[in-house]
Amino acid sequence: MKYEDAIKKYDPVIGIEVHVELGTVTKMFDAAPNTFGGGPNTNITPTSLGLPGSLPVVNEKGVEYAIKIGLALGCEIAETCRFARKNYFYPDVPKDFQTSQSDEPIASEGEVEVELEDGTMFTIPVERAHMEEDAGKNTHIGGATGRIHGADHSLVDYNRAGVPLVEIVTHPITGTGDRAAEVASTYVRTLRDIFRALDVSEARMEQGNVRADVNVSLRESPDAPLGTRTETKNVNSFRSIERAVRYEIARQATRLEAGETIVQETRHFHEGTGETSSGRPKSDADDYRYFPEPDLVPLVPSRDWVEELRATLPELPAQKRRRLAGVWGFSDLEMRDVVNAGLLEAIDDTVTAGAQPPAARKWWTGEVARLANQNDQHPTELVTPAQVAALIGLINDGKLNDKLAKDVLTAVADGEGEPAEVMSARGLEIVEDTGALEAAVEEAIAANPDVVEKIKGGKMQAIGALMGPIMKATRGQADAGKAKDLILAKING
Amino acid sequence: MSELITKSALELAAGLKAGEFSSVEVTQAHLDRIHATEADFGSFITVTDDLALETATAVDAKRSTGANVHALAGVPVALKDLVVTEGVATTAASKMLENWVPPYESTVHNKVKAAGLPVLGKTNLDEFAMGSTTEHSAFGTTRNPWNLEHVPGGSSGGAAAALAGFQVPLSVGTDTGGSVRQPAAFTGTVGVKPTYGSISRFGIIAMASSLDQVGPMGRNVADAAALHELLAGHDPLDSTSLPDPVAGFVSAAQTSDLRGKKLGVIKQLRGEGYQDGVRDAFTAALDVAAAAGAEIVEVDCPSISYALDAYYLIMPSEVSSNLARYDGMRYGLRMEPESGPVTAETVMAATRAAGFGDEVKRRIILGTYALSAGYYDAYYGSAQKIRTLVQNDFAKAFESCDVLVSPTAPTTALKFGAEAASDPMALYLGDVATIPANLAGIPGLSLPAGLADGLPVGFQILAPAREDVKMYEVAGPLEAALEASGTRVLDTLAEGLTTK
Repeated sequence: MKYEDAIKKYDPVIGIEVHVELGTVTKMFDAAPNTFGGGPNTNITPTSLGLPGSLPVVNEKGVEYAIKIGLALGCEIAETCRFARKNYFYPDVPKDFQTSQSDEPIASEGEVEVELEDGTMFTIPVERAHMEEDAGKNTHIGGATGRIHGADHSLVDYNRAGVPLVEIVTHPITGTGDRAAEVASTYVRTLRDIFRALDVSEARMEQGNVRADVNVSLRESPDAPLGTRTETKNVNSFRSIERAVRYEIARQATRLEAGETIVQETRHFHEGTGETSSGRPKSDADDYRYFPEPDLVPLVPSRDWVEELRATLPELPAQKRRRLAGVWGFSDLEMRDVVNAGLLEAIDDTVTAGAQPPAARKWWTGEVARLANQNDQHPTELVTPAQVAALIGLINDGKLNDKLAKDVLTAVADGEGEPAEVMSARGLEIVEDTGALEAAVEEAIAANPDVVEKIKGGKMQAIGALMGPIMKATRGQADAGKAKDLILAKING
Repeated sequence: MSELITKSALELAAGLKAGEFSSVEVTQAHLDRIHATEADFGSFITVTDDLALETATAVDAKRSTGANVHALAGVPVALKDLVVTEGVATTAASKMLENWVPPYESTVHNKVKAAGLPVLGKTNLDEFAMGSTTEHSAFGTTRNPWNLEHVPGGSSGGAAAALAGFQVPLSVGTDTGGSVRQPAAFTGTVGVKPTYGSISRFGIIAMASSLDQVGPMGRNVADAAALHELLAGHDPLDSTSLPDPVAGFVSAAQTSDLRGKKLGVIKQLRGEGYQDGVRDAFTAALDVAAAAGAEIVEVDCPSISYALDAYYLIMPSEVSSNLARYDGMRYGLRMEPESGPVTAETVMAATRAAGFGDEVKRRIILGTYALSAGYYDAYYGSAQKIRTLVQNDFAKAFESCDVLVSPTAPTTALKFGAEAASDPMALYLGDVATIPANLAGIPGLSLPAGLADGLPVGFQILAPAREDVKMYEVAGPLEAALEASGTRVLDTLAEGLTTK
């Protein structure tokens, strides 16, 4: 059954667990560096390896970041909480238990407002945000799939073991209807933006800094009890989240239609095909034998500290968007385009550098985005807000017209220098020599008598037909306003 | 036999300071003693002659320059083989770690090294500190120097036997439910379980994290106090380490007296059902204390009756989690299954089947069960509630006395064979008087209080949490009063030794 049909027939309920790796200097419970990359098993200490006798000590920065995330999600911050041991065997879990939080998370009960592409707002209920440590990484060698099945041996790299994570768990998200997939990916994108604004993580999906587990279940109607869910693990791009939700909804609906049952299990997402496949069965009775971590004393974040962190929270992306939309006077549609293109910060910085908001928006979402698109880059990788602001300044000063400005921009993006330098070096400045302009105007009038007639007849937009030849004659360096004035003067003169 | 081996640690320290002998001489004398007696006692898993003499030489050299050295510099010590020693095999008496040489250092060993105490070796213990006889070691049993047919107690049996056998003047054990105090009682030595968090656990191979505590041991109270002072102090590497400054335990032991001290006899532990000789020795010691000016009162700690049950749920629960890491993946023993597929699961299973002894397996299974879903509340959860009750009972009891006292163990050292190791339940009961202190995190000390049928009897003193000083303030003068009354337990042994 196709997604479109499935979603008409069934009411989807989704749940999302987002793991974010915190950008602390050291790991969550020991002094090993928290850095990406490096040779296998180089960023480790006896504690990250779980050697006999080693003990954990809580990284206070990790706690601070977790509290900031909790506050940004509107959660209550626990007055006292503890770490717990989640006991399970896996070769990449050095102690054969993961230090996590179970019934005492640092933050609970918040919500996140997400704005869908068409401007619809959706509130995601957050159950909790808790701290835990990451596991190491297994590489399975010798099998066809790269998974453990069929492999003849596995390599384990503990560099990631002990990296601080915050896991954000939603309550069941209901009422999304046919927008389930979009809601899921937009929610994770919204969290990503929050993590970046808080400066608690680089939040790079492609490096696995942010990973999402997506739960999907279907039910006959919104009144029916929740259906059996599957959990698709470790989906790590926004597009994949959307595809995984769509695939699961279609797959589950197909099974249900055929009278089959949904197996509660974890599933793997395959980037290549957009499909999910069965992982291991998962039941509510998975027994992790949680108990309070006896090697760590309870965590009691002082209220003063929490309030201090609350007071220093930066403006969050949603707030900032609302505020700037008002200040800039953009329409909802314009604002959405800016946000969807990831250009809010760039435009804000450009305005701060002295440009008018409409001009900043026009250049970033227009020519800069077009150039970036050609090179498969993000606009901000091409030019800086200061450069765009300088370009706009030159236009305002009457030194560049749009056509010239585009050429300057391309040269700036190619690394030829700052806008003013490029303009001078390439001789792209607007021609001030009125004699040359007059000559070009007269030539254009002479060559286009029919156009002149139209203008005389009051069709002012016909002037545009004369601008082409004039620009050509002046190699684009004519001031369009002046040219227009001259044309009218000569025709009416 | 060299007279150096019968000196106490503080006597040795004084002699070294006065230049009467060198650390090399002291160390060599003890090494000689170890090599002459190890076949009988089996106190050590590893003897580190070269390292010890190297340290001794360095300390002698430093002292000769007139440089400041630690008060105990040059005095030999032995470490229970649960204490991680960088570059020196650390086995926890388990096949699992038979060939494990740690790549990092424990805080305890760091302190010992920094102070310049020659480490004579790593002493035997029950595997992963589980047991009360030191029979559960993968590397042979330790025998009680008082009578080789008897156990030395456990799990710090090697540490205690090394002291009682005059192989070493100071010994570091660990105490999770009495594993320092009970062997001290069985061997006529002094064993201390400090306040939980008093000594860093960083680099102590974990048995049950919330109960484990490093235990200084010596042949007299002041020696143990001196070792306690050396090892105590805040360690940022151990989150449960207390920030308290280290108090003067030695001076508390040496300068106080018993006049006006209130000793609370725990009603539930005053000796009913105990071996007659143990009860008699305990009562006699109370009389000595009273004669020296102490006031003896009886206090009620009703929840102590449940402490044993709570302990035998909490301890194995933590054991099951702490020992999960021995899975054959990163270090230590790795076994592949004899048949069938070689997977992570089958390697773990084969490794654990081959690497762990019966007692360890018994506790892992018990703990796994107690923590499992559906049983957590009934077992682990209830046990934690009892733990709180025990803490409250102690807090209340300490309102009416300075310290609490009891026999350390219900019996003297059991005989190998019929008596010992055959009945785990009976052995678990032997910890009834020591376990409550671990549950409550309070300090406890066992000192010898005479003999029963030729074997030592232990006298336990418990003090409020973080008030270890109070324990020494009673233990020191009580030891002196007992000796003055003719109860010189170790002298008896030393005399026996000289005629051997």
